[in-house]
Amino acid sequence: MSVVLPGEEVPAQHVNLKLGPGLLQVPGVGSSGRESTVISTRAGILNHSANRSKWWVESNSRRYVPAPQESVVGVITQRLGEGYRVDVGAAHYASLDSLAFEGASKRNKPNLKVGCLVYARVSLAHKDMEPELECFDAQTRKSEGFGELKGGFVVRCGLKTCLDLLDTKHFLLPLLGGRFPLEVAVGLNGRVWVNAKEIKQIVAIARCIEAVDPDGGGLDAKGVKTLLETLDV
Amino acid sequence: MRPPSPSIPEKEFLFSALKQSLRLDGRLPLEMRSPTITFGPDLGWVECALGKTRVLAQVEAKMVKPAPERPFEGTITIHSEISPMASSEYEPGRPSDEEVTITRMLDKVLKRSDAVDKESLCILAGQRVWHIRLTLHFLADAGNMLDCACLAGITALRHFRRPDVEVVGDEVIVHSPLDRAPVPLAIHHTPFCFTFAFFPDITTPPVLDPNQLEQRLSAGLVSIALNAQKEICVLQKLGGVPLETEEVLTLVNVAVGKAKELHGFLDTQLREDWVGRKVEVR
Repeated sequence: MSVVLPGEEVPAQHVNLKLGPGLLQVPGVGSSGRESTVISTRAGILNHSANRSKWWVESNSRRYVPAPQESVVGVITQRLGEGYRVDVGAAHYASLDSLAFEGASKRNKPNLKVGCLVYARVSLAHKDMEPELECFDAQTRKSEGFGELKGGFVVRCGLKTCLDLLDTKHFLLPLLGGRFPLEVAVGLNGRVWVNAKEIKQIVAIARCIEAVDPDGGGLDAKGVKTLLETLDV
Repeated sequence: MRPPSPSIPEKEFLFSALKQSLRLDGRLPLEMRSPTITFGPDLGWVECALGKTRVLAQVEAKMVKPAPERPFEGTITIHSEISPMASSEYEPGRPSDEEVTITRMLDKVLKRSDAVDKESLCILAGQRVWHIRLTLHFLADAGNMLDCACLAGITALRHFRRPDVEVVGDEVIVHSPLDRAPVPLAIHHTPFCFTFAFFPDITTPPVLDPNQLEQRLSAGLVSIALNAQKEICVLQKLGGVPLETEEVLTLVNVAVGKAKELHGFLDTQLREDWVGRKVEVR
């Protein structure tokens, strides 16, 4: 485990190198004497895959920067002729084509209102262009869980917490799921949509997620258990 | 960029939860978030937090020539600007409606309620008076910045100590803090502000100290500023929710109780800080 700061040179080197978030390849000879060097663009912990071909930086942040293939929870802000504008919490609105849904055709388009919530995947994220979203898997054209989110509530948390919640080994969601049935859609943009049968349960989920977030106390499994005892669910 | 209004599911959920008197942070409808007050190294530097809402207040004093029409009175100015640091909602330079409301309320609560005795700020009539400058920095917005700012402001004014001065003839001698102990400002009373939010459905009970989502979705806000001696300084109602006299009186009674609590809390905090500052010289 090593900590990097923005601008620091990273010893990432592989024939088939893949760089994840927080890393940037710059041309020109660095101190290593190679043709190009890899530098970090954010502060965090440097990670790499076992065969050293994939590198990425892990850090916590509150501001979302879209990256391709990430799933996000967004709010429809505007209806356009052939699509929607969606707020995903990034610096710019993203666009969502009305044909980018499962089973959508020219005649049969989804009907989303302004203010609806959608769970979507970022299909295009270029620094000079508006990000684009889609609500299906590009290969199978099946929804794969993406689409409109009905009911429930959205919890806002740090980006690191979102990543943690996606990890199957993380304690929180199994712990809550053991007590009552719930539905969750984790967006990597710092928004987590949750739904359960009773309002009290949704409030409990929201409070637990906020308590696990470093901004809200950063409780561990034991702390969340004691919190849940007080919530009467 | 102004963020879009909350999504439909969020709105519906909040309203149905409030109907059952459930709030998202587990509070009762008429329960405040407990304030946290942090004192800085300097006197008059106070950071106040209500949940995730944070406001920093700082007081400075300098000597100026008084206004010719009021030669015996010092002046107080309040500088508050909501920067984009609080939330991406706010833009620099262009005050939003909320910012204008907050600035006006702060002026009414802290300045026009005569919390600070202005005549005691006079040093030499018509020649020299103290000019107290209160600067408020809004660090984070998680709803109800007004109450937080009022609390931070009044705490800073009570925490502040100005240098002691001596007048010999026409000469003003300013004693350094090392020479003579600085003196606190003469404060007549300690006003606190309490904000209640009302919702479009009239069967929903009003909530005290709304968080960001509650504030955004509310149909109206009532802010009551008063001190622990039950003296109302300001009562402001925004938004078009019709209210009965009875309801307003209930809110005032709630606010009285909370003001007494907060007054006691503030006194203990200030006392503890003051005790911690004493340096023994041997």
